[in-house]
Amino acid sequence: MAFPTSPAPVAVAQGATPTKPRPPAQPAEPKGWLGLVFMAPSLVFITGLFLIPLGMTLWMSLHNWPLLGRVKFTGLANYAELAHDMQLWHSLGFTLLYTVLVTTAIMAVALPLALLVDRPLRLAGLFRTIYFMPVVIGFGAASTLWMWLLNPDSGVFAQLLRGAGLVDSAPRPLESFWPALGVIILMVVWKTAGFTMVILLTGLQAIPADVIEAAKIDGASVFSRFRRITLPLMRNSLLLALVLNVTSSMLAFDQFFIITQGGPANSTISAVFSIYLASFSSYRLGYGAAMSFVLLVVLVAISSVQLAFLRQRPEES
Amino acid sequence: MERIRRNPTPPPLAERLSFWGFVIAGLVVSVIFLMPVVWSLANSFKPAAEALAHPAALFSKSFSLENYRRLEGVGAGWVVYATNSVLIALGTVVLTILVSVPAGYGFSKFRFPGQSLLFVIVMATMMIPFQSILTPLFLILKFLRLQNSLTGLVLIYVTFQLPFSIFMMRNAFDAVPRALIEAARIDGASQATILRRIMLPIALPGVATVAMFAFLNSWNEFLAALIFLSDQNKFTLPIMLVNVSSGIYGIIDWGALQAGIAVTMLPCILLFLALQRYYVRGLTAGAVK
Repeated sequence: MAFPTSPAPVAVAQGATPTKPRPPAQPAEPKGWLGLVFMAPSLVFITGLFLIPLGMTLWMSLHNWPLLGRVKFTGLANYAELAHDMQLWHSLGFTLLYTVLVTTAIMAVALPLALLVDRPLRLAGLFRTIYFMPVVIGFGAASTLWMWLLNPDSGVFAQLLRGAGLVDSAPRPLESFWPALGVIILMVVWKTAGFTMVILLTGLQAIPADVIEAAKIDGASVFSRFRRITLPLMRNSLLLALVLNVTSSMLAFDQFFIITQGGPANSTISAVFSIYLASFSSYRLGYGAAMSFVLLVVLVAISSVQLAFLRQRPEES
Repeated sequence: MERIRRNPTPPPLAERLSFWGFVIAGLVVSVIFLMPVVWSLANSFKPAAEALAHPAALFSKSFSLENYRRLEGVGAGWVVYATNSVLIALGTVVLTILVSVPAGYGFSKFRFPGQSLLFVIVMATMMIPFQSILTPLFLILKFLRLQNSLTGLVLIYVTFQLPFSIFMMRNAFDAVPRALIEAARIDGASQATILRRIMLPIALPGVATVAMFAFLNSWNEFLAALIFLSDQNKFTLPIMLVNVSSGIYGIIDWGALQAGIAVTMLPCILLFLALQRYYVRGLTAGAVK
């Protein structure tokens, strides 16, 4: 997962509505087309390394395209093969399962954290910094760090559990499916909960204090205040956090490549991992492109649905 | 009469309880979030035997740099990998700024037909993950003779940094008052002078945000580096870590791994602690509205 903590999609949420009323053309500006000169370098990058490869993905997916040797047009053969590729469907199913579980876990941790640190205190600021810190560590470093924590011979977890007398022999979580998935989710929650916390915090802080005060005076209990006022008013940042977590989880790769290496018995191969294996391990570039295209359609569909929800203002719904 | 006396009343019990509850809960969670990093750092300075016997101990009897020395013997040596990572990160930061600042300026201050469509296309790059176009990117880099080169990787990182950076810079330039630009133009300043002397100083915090994200994302990126770099001397730190963690003949040198993790994550943590506010600003750029 290359840019999991990148805020890019955050900006999408807003950037996706570029039709919002912008200040009208400045009459004093003499040469509007001069703007193109300033944009030109960025357009070269985006055309050459995004738009062209995007078109090529579709084009390549219609071919038998080995790394070396003759490229042959095969029409929809790759897609027909996809439909019967059990390993691929398994990896898609696994990715969905992972996405649902990890997103739930992250939200369940991040929301209480956001509520905890939503105070105008120095100490709350310090806590925020600490909870956020793992976000800036890369997935590569975080994954290898957790591999060590989890290893049965010299790992911290094994030693602590044995020291506390909870287990006799060191647990080996990576040897069966559910424990392996469990520790990966634990690692990802540790690494990314702070990010979701910050997103939710901006939503919390946008709630006017007098609304909460008024509810308090009216005698609303803590729980009903939270359910009836806080949650509905932070709906947009909740949805945004959801979009970001779902998209980045659907693209998970690093942690499965590094910690579980797809095992045990290929049960933790994620969707991007399958593409990696098809394109860069078997060197079937056409087939890899077809898989990429399917993943792309699924992702764009998910984000469009979520963004459509996001763009609705609460008062409209 | 008692009640009229103006004793400074202590805060009610419930309030004090809630404050101490906050402090204790906050501290407990802090320990949970900090410990993995602290353990890893502590173990990177332990001799092998001690790390094996007491991995959870925070202080060891003997301080040793032997793990860092052994990391020098991994592949081409960690200094080579750290240098590659620094070159890639700096290259990405510089090029991203050079390309996105003018582009943000163009989108903010000029109007021409089709401009908003152009902006949508640029922003669409964020919707479509780079993971899904890796296969053709591989061919394009091969065609440009940039496969297995740090330059090729920098070009890819810059491309995927651009939408966010342009968005950030456009907002930064939007904040510059128009009257200021008009005044400079009347005084006869050229476009380039206006951009350099008036706009950039005001937009500088935006540039810091862009630079920080470009640094962290390129420093930490794993998948593209794994695919596009094949020569051992070109690897970056995350690739080195994975090579160490997969072991030699099934034996993993955990000490060297700890040293490698420290070298990889410390720059990110220090940068974050120093420039936190720019980072959080970038994160909340879209969320506040």
